[in-house]
Parts: sequence; structure tokens; C-alpha cells
Amino acid sequence: MISESASLAAAAPIASPHAHAGGRVSLVMLKVMAALAPATLFGFWLYGWPAIHLWLITVLFALLGEAFSLRVMGRRALPVLMDGSALLTGWLLALSLPPWAPWWIGATGGLFATIVAKQLFGGLGQNLFNPAMVARVALLISFPVAMTQWTAPLPLGSAGAPDFIHGLQITLGGLGAKSQLDAVSSATLLGHAKTELSRGLDLFHSLAGEHAPTLSPVGARAGSLGETSALLIAAGGIAMIFMGLISWHIPLAMLAAIAVPAAIGHAVDPARHLDAASHVLSGAAMLGAFFIATDYVTSPNTRTGQLVFGAGCGFLTWVIRTWGGYPEGVAFAVLLMNALTPAIDRLLKPRIYGRDRKGRPREPAP
Amino acid sequence: MGLIEKFFALLEPQHWGVHPDDHKRPAADAPLRSLPLPERLYIPLQQHIGAAARPIVLVGQSVLKGQLLAEAQGATSAAIHASTSGTVAAIGDVTAPHPSGLPFAAITLAADGDDRWADTGTAVDPFALPPPEVARRVAAAGVVGLGGATFPSALKLGLGLKAEIHTLIINGGECEPYLSCDDRLMRDFATETVDGIRIMLHATGAKQALVGIEDNKPEAIAAMTAAAQGYSEIAIRPVPARYPMGSEKHLFSELTGTEVPADGRTTDLGALVHNVGTAWAVHEALRNNRPLVERIVTVNGGAVARPGNIRVPVGALVEDVLAFVGLREEPARLVMGGPMMGSLLPHRRVPVVKGSSGILALTAVEAAGFDPGPCIRCSSCVRACPVGLLPLEMSARIANGDLDGAVAFGLKDCIACGCCSFVCPSRIPLVHYFNHAKGELAAQGRAQLRNEAAKRLVAARAERLERDAREKAEVAARRKAERAAAKAAEAARSAAASSEATT
Ligand code: SF4
Ligand code: SF4
Repeated sequence: MISESASLAAAAPIASPHAHAGGRVSLVMLKVMAALAPATLFGFWLYGWPAIHLWLITVLFALLGEAFSLRVMGRRALPVLMDGSALLTGWLLALSLPPWAPWWIGATGGLFATIVAKQLFGGLGQNLFNPAMVARVALLISFPVAMTQWTAPLPLGSAGAPDFIHGLQITLGGLGAKSQLDAVSSATLLGHAKTELSRGLDLFHSLAGEHAPTLSPVGARAGSLGETSALLIAAGGIAMIFMGLISWHIPLAMLAAIAVPAAIGHAVDPARHLDAASHVLSGAAMLGAFFIATDYVTSPNTRTGQLVFGAGCGFLTWVIRTWGGYPEGVAFAVLLMNALTPAIDRLLKPRIYGRDRKGRPREPAP
Repeated sequence: MGLIEKFFALLEPQHWGVHPDDHKRPAADAPLRSLPLPERLYIPLQQHIGAAARPIVLVGQSVLKGQLLAEAQGATSAAIHASTSGTVAAIGDVTAPHPSGLPFAAITLAADGDDRWADTGTAVDPFALPPPEVARRVAAAGVVGLGGATFPSALKLGLGLKAEIHTLIINGGECEPYLSCDDRLMRDFATETVDGIRIMLHATGAKQALVGIEDNKPEAIAAMTAAAQGYSEIAIRPVPARYPMGSEKHLFSELTGTEVPADGRTTDLGALVHNVGTAWAVHEALRNNRPLVERIVTVNGGAVARPGNIRVPVGALVEDVLAFVGLREEPARLVMGGPMMGSLLPHRRVPVVKGSSGILALTAVEAAGFDPGPCIRCSSCVRACPVGLLPLEMSARIANGDLDGAVAFGLKDCIACGCCSFVCPSRIPLVHYFNHAKGELAAQGRAQLRNEAAKRLVAARAERLERDAREKAEVAARRKAERAAAKAAEAARSAAASSEATT
């Protein structure tokens, strides 16, 4: 007696719910990229064509690495590339590189990030460590010189700034690039302080010098491609909080856990410890707090866990900067905390309705 | 609450649940309409939790509206009545209102068009009846929970008497998007509903009734407040509109501020939860002697031309209802119930049953389905889950076939509300995983029970055989002993005789 209606029968295995809030992974990634755009464009302007070329190369190779891995596994690459996660990984890595770094730094980094740090772990959602930070640390260890060649700002259109072709020559390491690079090389605040301290010069003297790097919240200083403008990064991050993409827990905990020990250290021994503002506004602190440590895949999934995680990232950053061998510690700190994320998630599970924190049924209220 | 608990509560305020677009209006505001009587009604024998009812009519028999067609069978069951007057045309299989589309038994009624009520006796004052008699009448009227769970209401009332219930919680939450049948009922039948609540108070011995209504239904709140005027034992309590506010345990917590312990029920805490529709059905059963043969159904969705609430006799086909409201376009998906927990309809020739709160004809845009992607661990599902579970961890375990792992993460506490799937940006069918896993677990449990039963049978048989053997042996031994005794006696007698002879 029953005749099947073809259009509905085709949809038979669909389970409830039959409604959706509307979010999609690609949309999430797009919004994060939009939040990253201001700081990135500022970096492009500040460091000119070489930075733009390097960014393009890094992103391109990150995408190539992803596509290659998928093809090797016999999967179609395009639908996965469309989720935007590989693009974002390449983008974040590019922002953490010295802006005039040679092309092969971006290329190896991009490939390493998506092939080794992401796809070898099983692809999106399966990686324990933040792919961009794994690549950054791998590059830093393998090519310490190229990874610490900083450039003084030479904004697009200013006198002496390389044009498109010259910028390409610099990035590709071609003719005349080297001399150009030497002419504008500079040090970062954190790097300068560390070098001078290790030479026995205390901060009063090292920072008083004429060529000493200064602090600039707007970002007009030497540093990584997209890490210098603390203000623009924070603006993007706060926009993400308002869009509901991330919550305030990780960024706030991380910045506070950098600032508080830094302030204490500075108060105790100003000759050896930079002040809190220098710590928070320098290096990858801001980018790390809003865009790196908040990576969904590699951070805990409860608010409490996120506070612990953020605080860990911040504190470790300060410890590494203060006592470690490298002037900057965000990447290492984030990776260390990534390793702790599964444990944090296991320990700080949400409480289940009707149960106590240990999972036992609650006693009925009297 | 210990210090650590307080700390956690501070960090993680329980912002459970989600706020879906409710899509309730304009359907909720459209005046109630009645479905013109269809020619044939297909009345399933099982419209409730428990055993199917047993037909007591014969094919060809004429019946009147409200006449008993099938009686409750077993401890948990509910009676089924004729939704109109006419002739029993068939007793056989129709399609269940469930995605499986499996057939199940129903009574097909050919309507005679008169819609003539059976003489159901004269009404009495329910408050003069002893509570068990009220429950008996509710059972006789075939009333089941109209909120969707369809548990036989009389049993629940009886439970109330046994468990010393002090509070009746009346669920007017209707948190599912698109649905407004309870809203409409409370607006149009507030007096009847309040009367039903008073009867239920009498039947359970509860002292007070708290009626929770989501604050997105101001008209219903006003109507119910007016109707409850003068009954101090009935409090109308607006609650925030948030899904799944209508979940029994969540509404209870919202209204009382306490949690139902895991593995427990609200009755353990002296509260019984009933739906507003059930209160109306109880009123009808007691005041008008009318069994539950019709209900209000919300027909809604982008594909519906004239959405609204319709009084539908139980057994009318979805097809009839859709024809009445008209379709704007071919629906991409047909759902019985709400969009969050309702089930996909295999086709339109499925009857409306007592538990059908809505029929949704959704357009492709509304039902937008995307292919699921990998979990990006965004933890949206964790924040949405009203129970405090980790849907991402449970689904990962289930995908790997690790059911025990999923159970360790709280699978059995999952109420299948759908919040997690609703927010998941990767469109992972989380609820589908959980329901599947729960089904597996239940099947395993049944298999285990079967094994145990089989073992018990084998053991019983072995014991019986042994006992038989033992008894046989005993009998044999006894016989032998008797024979030996007889022989001895014989021998003694003969000896005596011979000695007599010798002496
Ligand atoms: S369906 Fe289950 S796991 Fe998902 S939100 Fe509801 S209770 Fe939580
Ligand atoms: S919402 Fe979906 S993608 Fe996000 S954590 Fe949960 S399951 Fe994973």
C-alpha cells in the first residue's frame, strides 16, 4: 500500500538534528585570516616586497605540501585544501619568519609544516603540535643564521626600499641582495638584550646605546614579518573574541603569565630583566597569545584547561627568554604546552550533569 | 559545594545549551485549524512506550468515535480508541513514523463522515474520586505523555502516589524550534489545561505545580497566568528560552535549583514532570469522558504554504495534513517532531500518532546538509552540551569502535538533544554516532542477557537430570532396601516357622 517518494528516500540515513547553527570549518578559517589581515598588511608595508614574496612562497609551499601528502595517500586534494587550514598554517608560519629571509626558508618551512607536522600525524585535527610552530622551531634549529637575520623597517615607497623586481632578487638570494641585506640589518629588542647580557653588558648600558632597538607598539621596528605590530594583532585577536571564534581565556592567561613574572623580575633586578611591557609587546608574544596558542586542535577544550594552558605558555615564554639559549621562547613554550594538552584535557573534564567532578552520581539534595 | 567546586563554577558558568533560530512565528500566531476528516485513518496499535495494545474489534465492525479499539496489554501499555466513527476496514501493517520505515500493526478505519461520539458515560467530579480511580480513568482514556516520550500517563500518576511526590512540574517549555503546539494549546485552552493540572495534583497528592514556560511565549504565559488565578497551588514560571529547556532534568533544575543525581529520576526528589498537553488530555478524560483521539500538531517549515497548528485526529496521514496546509515547494526533508530531536519521515503515508508534536516540511536551505569533515577540536560541542559531556572524545572513540571508551566519557548520560551536532562546524553527525553506539550497547546487553538465560537453562537442565538420576537411584535403593527387608522378613519368618517346626 505504500509508495516510496524518491526524493526523500534518497535522504534516508540522515539523523537528527535537522537544523544547524550555520558554521563551517572553512568559514572559521576565513574569519581567522580576516583577523590576521591588518597585521599582515602592515608587515608587507613595513618590510616591502621581499616580505610579500616570502609570504607568498611560504603559503604556496604549505599548500603544496598538503596537496602532495593527500595525493600520496590517494585522496583528492582540492576539497581538503578548500578548508583553508593549510593556507592558515603557511600564513602563520610566514608571519613568524624574518621578513627578508631567503625563499628556501619559506619553502622548507611551508613543506615541513604541512607534510611533517600535520599530515604525518593524520591531517587536520590529529596533530598534537601546532604545525606552524613545529616548522618555525625546525627552521630555527637547522638554519640559525638565516632565521635571525632581522631587517630594519624600510616601508614600501620610502627611499631605498626595494621594488618588486629587487624584492624578488632579495628573496631568491640573487644579485646584489647580500649587500642590500647588510645595509639594513638590525636587531630585535629581545635579541639585542640577550646578546649584550651574554657579553656582560647590563640592560642599562645595552639599551641606552644609540643603535639600541626601541619598543614600538605600532610595530615600526625590526622583527618577524607579522609580529611587530602588537596593536594590530591585538585588534585582530579581540575581533576574533567578539566573533566568538576564540575565548579570552588563553590570550589573557598567556599575556598575564608573561607580564607578571616579567614585572617581578624587573622590579627585583632591572639590570638583568626587561620590563613587562617590553616582554608583552616584543617578539611573538602577541601573535602567540591570540593566534598561535589559541589553535583549536592543539589547545585544551575546556575553559579551565585553556586558562592553565595559556598561563603555561606565558610563563614558559618568560622563562626561556630569561634563562634559555634563545632570545625568543614563544614557539618552544607553545610546543611544550601542546604536549601537555592531552593531560590537561584528561584532568580538567567538564562536570557531568547529576555527577560530581569524579563522575560519581551526586547525592540527592536533602 | 567544596572550594574547588566553587572555583570551577566560577570559571565555567553552566551556559549549557544553544539558541537556535526558533522559527516559531508566524505559525504560532495563526489561529488553530481543524483537519477535515480524512476518508481513512490508520491507527497504530503502538503509539506509546511499552507493549502494543491488543485489538478487540473485528474487520467489518462499525465503531463510534471514542470507542475502544485495542486494550492495553501488560504492565506498560496504553489503550487505543477510534478517532472517528466508521467501519474497521483492516487490521494490518502500515509504515511506522520512523526513518526505518518498518511496517507495524495498525487498525485501518473507514470513516463514515458522521464523526459520531460513542456514549462514554456521564462525567463525575474528579475531585470526589479517590486518586487511584482518577489514574484508572486516565489509563482507560489512553492518555500518554504528549511531549514526545509517550510514556503512559496513568502509570506516571500512580508512580507519583507511591513515591510521595510533593511537586508537579508541568513542562510548557517547548524548546524545540518550529514547534508551537503547546504554545497554541496554552493560549487557546488555558482553563482546560489548568483544570487538568489540578486533577493531576489531586491524583498524585502533590502540594504544588510549577508550570515552566519559555519566555519566548508571552501570550501563553499571560493566558496561563490568568487561568491559574485563584489557584495558589499552581505557579506559572517563565524560564529563559534556551534549548533544551524542555528536557525533563533541565527544566527541573531551572525551576528548583537542584540537579537530579545521575542514574536517578526527578521522582527521587519528589517531583513528577508532565507535559502541558498531557494536562489537557487528563482534563478531557476526566471532565468530558473523552479518550485521547486527537491532538494539536504544528505544521511548519519553509516548504509549507500556510503553516500553523492543526487539530488532527490520531491516524490521519501526514499526506492528508500536508494537503490541507498546502506545499509551496517540494520539501527537501520531512520531519516528524522538532528539528533537533525529530525523526526523518521515510515518506508521507505515515500516520499522525499521539506523540506527534509537529510535521516539518523543510526546504533544501533549511535542511542544509554538508558532508562531514574531520573534527578540528574547536570544542564548540563541549560548550553546547547541556550535560557536560565531551562529544568530540566520545565520537572519536565510537569511530574507532571503542564503545567502552565512549561510555567512560559519559555516553550513557547523553540525552541525544542534538546541541553538539547543531553547532559542529565540521558537521559531524555526533548524535547519530551516539544513538548508534547506545543501540550497540543495548544489543550487547540483550545478547548478554540471552547468554545468561541460556546458561541458566543449561544449568537447570543439568540439575534436573542430576536430580532425576538421584531420585531414580534413591528409588532403586529404596526398592532394593525394601526387597532386602522383605527377604529378611521372609527369611526370619521361615526361620521362625522352621524353628517352630523343630521345637
Ligand atoms: S546529544 Fe548528547 S553529547 Fe550531544 S549535546 Fe546533547 S547530551 Fe551532549
Ligand atoms: S564541534 Fe565538531 S569539530 Fe568542534 S570539537 Fe566538537 S566534534 Fe570537533
